[in-house]
Amino acid sequence: MAFAAFSTATPTQQEVAPKRKSVIALVLLLPGILYLVLFFLVPLVSLVITSFETQVDVGIYAYAFNWQNYVDSIAEYWPQIIRSFVYAIIATVCALLISYPLAYFIGVKVRRWPLLQNLMVTLVIAPFFISFLLRTLAWKQMLSDDSFITSSLKALSILPPDAHLTGTAFSVVFGLTYNFIPFMTLPLYTTLERLDTRYLEAGSDLYANAWTTFRKVTIPLSMPGIVSGTLLTFIPAAGDYINASQDFLGGADTSMIGNVIESNFLVLQNYPTAAAMSIVLMVVILGLVGFYVKRSGTEDLL
Amino acid sequence: MARGVFAEAGADLRLESISKRFPGFTAIERLDLTIPAGSFFALLGPSGCGKTTTLRLVAGLEEPTTGQILIGGKDVTRTKSFQRPVNTVFQSYALFPHMTVLENVAFGLRRRRISDPVGKAHEALRLVELDHLAARRPGQLSGGQQQRVALARAVVNRPALLLLDEPLGALDLKLRRQMQIELKSIQTEVGLTFVHVTHDQEEAMTMADTVAVMNKGSIEQMGTPEELYELPATVFVANFLGQSNLFVAPVRSDDGTTITVELAGRRVSIPKKRAQRHTGEVTVGVRPEKMLLHSTEVSVAGKNVIGPGRVIDVSFSGVSTQYLVEVAGIGVIVVFAQNMAFGPVVGLGDAVWVSWNPEHTFVLADKPEEQERFADDTDTSALAAQTRERLITELEEA
Repeated sequence: MAFAAFSTATPTQQEVAPKRKSVIALVLLLPGILYLVLFFLVPLVSLVITSFETQVDVGIYAYAFNWQNYVDSIAEYWPQIIRSFVYAIIATVCALLISYPLAYFIGVKVRRWPLLQNLMVTLVIAPFFISFLLRTLAWKQMLSDDSFITSSLKALSILPPDAHLTGTAFSVVFGLTYNFIPFMTLPLYTTLERLDTRYLEAGSDLYANAWTTFRKVTIPLSMPGIVSGTLLTFIPAAGDYINASQDFLGGADTSMIGNVIESNFLVLQNYPTAAAMSIVLMVVILGLVGFYVKRSGTEDLL
Repeated sequence: MARGVFAEAGADLRLESISKRFPGFTAIERLDLTIPAGSFFALLGPSGCGKTTTLRLVAGLEEPTTGQILIGGKDVTRTKSFQRPVNTVFQSYALFPHMTVLENVAFGLRRRRISDPVGKAHEALRLVELDHLAARRPGQLSGGQQQRVALARAVVNRPALLLLDEPLGALDLKLRRQMQIELKSIQTEVGLTFVHVTHDQEEAMTMADTVAVMNKGSIEQMGTPEELYELPATVFVANFLGQSNLFVAPVRSDDGTTITVELAGRRVSIPKKRAQRHTGEVTVGVRPEKMLLHSTEVSVAGKNVIGPGRVIDVSFSGVSTQYLVEVAGIGVIVVFAQNMAFGPVVGLGDAVWVSWNPEHTFVLADKPEEQERFADDTDTSALAAQTRERLITELEEA
């Protein structure tokens, strides 16, 4: 047992990394550091400062420490905050359910035919060749009231005659799921493509049926892909303002944090509230993601 | 597969006219094989001879094109891998990297809902002397340790049949020796039926009760290691298991207990019970270590003598010296001589005579004209590799 304790924890801490201050390393790091300072740190600090500003006149704000901004904006916009995360979580789960079989098929089943595999990966990426906005607008057309889809569903009595698809929570979640599927599929594909099928044979040899092998072997081994795919989907989906916008798939009662921030910055010119909402969005995402990564425990597989 | 209970004991395995065809080639052609319960059986053959495919068919990882597989009398041909009372020690070990060693070993027990999986897993790890590493991940173990975990993971399930797919291939020579002894003792201890696939003839001979030599999708010969070595039936077996001097010669007489062939103008007699063909052209074989060199012509009654020949190569290898003797009319003969005195007894270029006991001569069942089909597998580089491996082993032991 003593051996196990030593090997798992201590060696990395015991071995002190050689301290070599290299000028070249600094020079090479400089562009990256400058970029981060200019385009991440400065805007972030400015955003935090803005979020505490107080109103002097219409559209004019002064420096202050008005933390009341946070209380007010959360009190006013909590339905949108909750809705954002609920939509983002549903869209992430849907995207995972659709992408996993797809990625498994491309990464494992089609492995024997590399040409077909490459073709299928290209097809997954293909939507990126068309603008995100155009694709979302196209879905608005396809889901509109007189569209083939909607009228067919109505003809089949699946939808009541006066129902709409656009402007509902369904179409927003649908749009989010659709738009982020490639972000889910690609990381899943890269892990599943490397999945050693001999582990699956070993599982089967050790009395595990296909479902148990999938649950106990395939899923844990593809956890790095699941984690990165869900993060790549969930984070942008939570802050998305295109799908939920009334110009696209959303309606009056489907707006998300992104739409609130957009309207406060650009329409109402209420910068402190918009900034406060941005910070709230960021903190909640950081908290959720931190908890998720810690819980999924993929450190030794990544 | 019954849940919650172990197999009572090892079961026998029967393959009935199994064939396996892959697109483009046939891996196994009408294979019939019976492995008795509780035995340590080795399938020996060069790479690509179909031995791993045979194992995968038994494990249920491949489906046979034709034929039946019976384990303990029950037809399992159409059952899935996880329903068979069989466990495999994979060549790659295939230990689950996301589980601890203990969880790896307990995996099969948990699937079968056997009581106290953790306790039994610890017990199996103690058997392979790795219980102190139970909390580690497979990635933190050495190759030899991983091999032992893979063995524990299979043995812990007490399968009716344990399949070993070249499990020692990735280990170095010393560890391999040690694991061979351990595997053998574990098999004796737990009394399971072991089917061991290997391309290492020495490994097969030291470990197995019964060895089947496989070549090109079918079994060439099957028997105890001694039988195979002393009385090989085919050219392939004679050359794959150790080295042989093989000569094609016509049978001249047959007195009921002994047959006599004419070889390089001399009479060579062979006991009839060691000859599998008695008429016409036959292939006569003698193992190199059974031959003696003489620097003068000898004529001892009851001995076979060939000569004179010329020594064309002498190579010293520790316990023995290998002489290559060229004899007019029959080609090069290999002779191993124990190093009883310092330095070679005969020198390069000397004229020598070779003698051996008729009891050590064998006649193959192969027809001489059929030999061509084995030519590829017994080429010089393969023979050289075998010789080198044997020499390394000998040096190691010396």
